[in-house]
Amino acid sequence: MIELRNVRHRYGEREVLRGIDLTLAERRVAIVGSNGSGKSTLARLLNGLLLPDEGRVLVDGLDTRSDARAVRRKVGFVFQDPDVQIVYPTVAEDIAFGLKNLRLPRDEIARRVDAVMARFGLTEHRDWPAHRLSGGQKQLLAIASVLVLDPAYVVFDEPTTLLDLRNRRRIAGVIRDLPQTALLISHDLDLVAEAERVIVLDEGRVVADDAPAAAIAAYVARMG
Amino acid sequence: MLGLYLHRDSPVHAFPVGWKLAALAVAATGLFFVSNPVAIGAALVGALGLFALARLPLGAVLGQIRPLLPVLVLLFAVQAAFAGWETGAATAGRLALLVLLASLVTLTTRASDTIDALERGLGWLRPLGVNAGKVSLMLALTIRLIPVLLDLVQEIRMAQRARGVERSALALLVPLLVKTMRMADHLSDALEARGYDPR
Repeated sequence: MIELRNVRHRYGEREVLRGIDLTLAERRVAIVGSNGSGKSTLARLLNGLLLPDEGRVLVDGLDTRSDARAVRRKVGFVFQDPDVQIVYPTVAEDIAFGLKNLRLPRDEIARRVDAVMARFGLTEHRDWPAHRLSGGQKQLLAIASVLVLDPAYVVFDEPTTLLDLRNRRRIAGVIRDLPQTALLISHDLDLVAEAERVIVLDEGRVVADDAPAAAIAAYVARMG
Repeated sequence: MLGLYLHRDSPVHAFPVGWKLAALAVAATGLFFVSNPVAIGAALVGALGLFALARLPLGAVLGQIRPLLPVLVLLFAVQAAFAGWETGAATAGRLALLVLLASLVTLTTRASDTIDALERGLGWLRPLGVNAGKVSLMLALTIRLIPVLLDLVQEIRMAQRARGVERSALALLVPLLVKTMRMADHLSDALEARGYDPR
């Protein structure tokens, strides 16, 4: 369970989150909001990439402020643009990067890399340079490189924004089939509609928190 | 030449990466002491033999040398005009040989193995404050990001052309710098999110 308690955050003079109180216990939670509403800041607070200026973020009781490393092992993060997430030149090497950071034995790294590549249809691209993959394949690689670490939660920060319809559906299928708890930040209302709970942010505040149909209707109404 | 590892079951692939890099360094240094074009020609034949031993397709060899051809021709022509054809042949041959040998190492060695070898090889510099892990990550990111940055340059150029700007260094460099800084920022978040520990 992830809890946000009276979370406030500002960039300079601009307050982007204004007292957020949330308990996220569902398996699929989506967060929507206009540009600048604070969604991405909220996403980065969930795995300790950002620390709140005020308030606390707790993941299974661990505080991101004092247990950032342990929190990051529990909460994987998939960025909007896979090009900023892929670190190593080739597919298999990039998937292995996070496992090497955990200092796992070589044979276990190889086994887990092979398994996740098979799961995402990347096996035949094992030694491909990442820059030669299509946009959809790059996003799959980015997701595979997070899931290979076996996090309990996965935060997706606008994972389909840069993709065409076919790849959007493919990524939606991947998210749907995840055994992990997924927290989805997105403008893609089809994707958001599949969540169990949808939270609408506006100017740093929660303005709706409901089942998908009601929350999406509230969001669309706000967008005018 | 970036991240073009081609998997084959060959003795060249199986050769320890540390030795490959050391042999490349020795060959690259030694080449500058050889000026006889016949000897350099023989070394080129030897390098091609190593490509065959590595079971690499001819296309892989040509793919490495083709972008260099205009430079080789120009180098040969200038050197031949001012210092004679032997010097021209030796200079162009040396460069071709260097590129072929470096490509052979790249094509037969996974980047991660090269990076691991570098990390192990630089470990002794830790007391002097050199963090081998950071150096090797820097190398990995360099190999990874060169094509990304080239794509970015193309994208910016196209956007400028669409707005009627054909050639302007400033119009290219300013957005490139801004986008690169933003990318560096996101990349640092991604490294942190993926558990990278620079210690």
